[in-house]
Amino acid sequence: MNHLFRLSAGLLRSGTAGLYRRRPVPEGHVSLVVARLFSSEPENSELGQLIKKDKVVVFIKGTPAQPMCGFSNAVVQILRMHGVDDYASYNVLEDQDLRQGVKNFSNWPTIPQVYFNGEFVGGCDILLQMHQNGDLVEELKKLGIHSALLDANKDEQKK
Amino acid sequence: MSITAESLRNKLTAEMGAVHVEVEDTTTDHCSTSFKVLIVCPQFEGKPLLQRHRMVNTCLAEELKEIHAFEQKTLTPEQWEKQKAE
Repeated sequence: MNHLFRLSAGLLRSGTAGLYRRRPVPEGHVSLVVARLFSSEPENSELGQLIKKDKVVVFIKGTPAQPMCGFSNAVVQILRMHGVDDYASYNVLEDQDLRQGVKNFSNWPTIPQVYFNGEFVGGCDILLQMHQNGDLVEELKKLGIHSALLDANKDEQKK
Repeated sequence: MSITAESLRNKLTAEMGAVHVEVEDTTTDHCSTSFKVLIVCPQFEGKPLLQRHRMVNTCLAEELKEIHAFEQKTLTPEQWEKQKAE
């Protein structure tokens, strides 16, 4: 096993492309999490791992605090309306490899991209339609997320 | 190949058997080529949103390589009639 660790450490030090969250690795010590390469198997690749790490994962242009595109902003706003504020957001503008990689990975031509529980949901259009037809509340419930809009509706009915 | 609203409309109608297609060239709002399309197609029947959008993406795979921004609304003929009535 040791030779595997040394190999990974060596690759890390040579600065393999596609690592966009670099952690300094102390000499002679490698964490297994570090074996992140854009491998040929999508499920085991870094992206494959990334989308499973959090329940809600979005790839957008910009950040939730500062979206850099109208469609990405729409995704951020919709999530905010449902009270979803604990999600992972990755800025594709920071990393061209990520920007193209995520398009290849999901076989989807545009950004933003939304993933629930490691599964590709769609882009802004789909999220918006799900929001409008009530599907989004249902999908969030399946994730164990209680949409804020449910409470808003309850308040309305009490009046 | 220059992509126009017309060329997209033609391709969608021809290859997907869409009964109604509206293509809006929204490039003026964005920095590069962008389109907004409405596609009404009986083949969407029984298919979830993502699958419908992927059908369109497949049909326009070549064009999408050039297009920067793309919005799509996919309806079945029945949904389209309902929407018009609203």
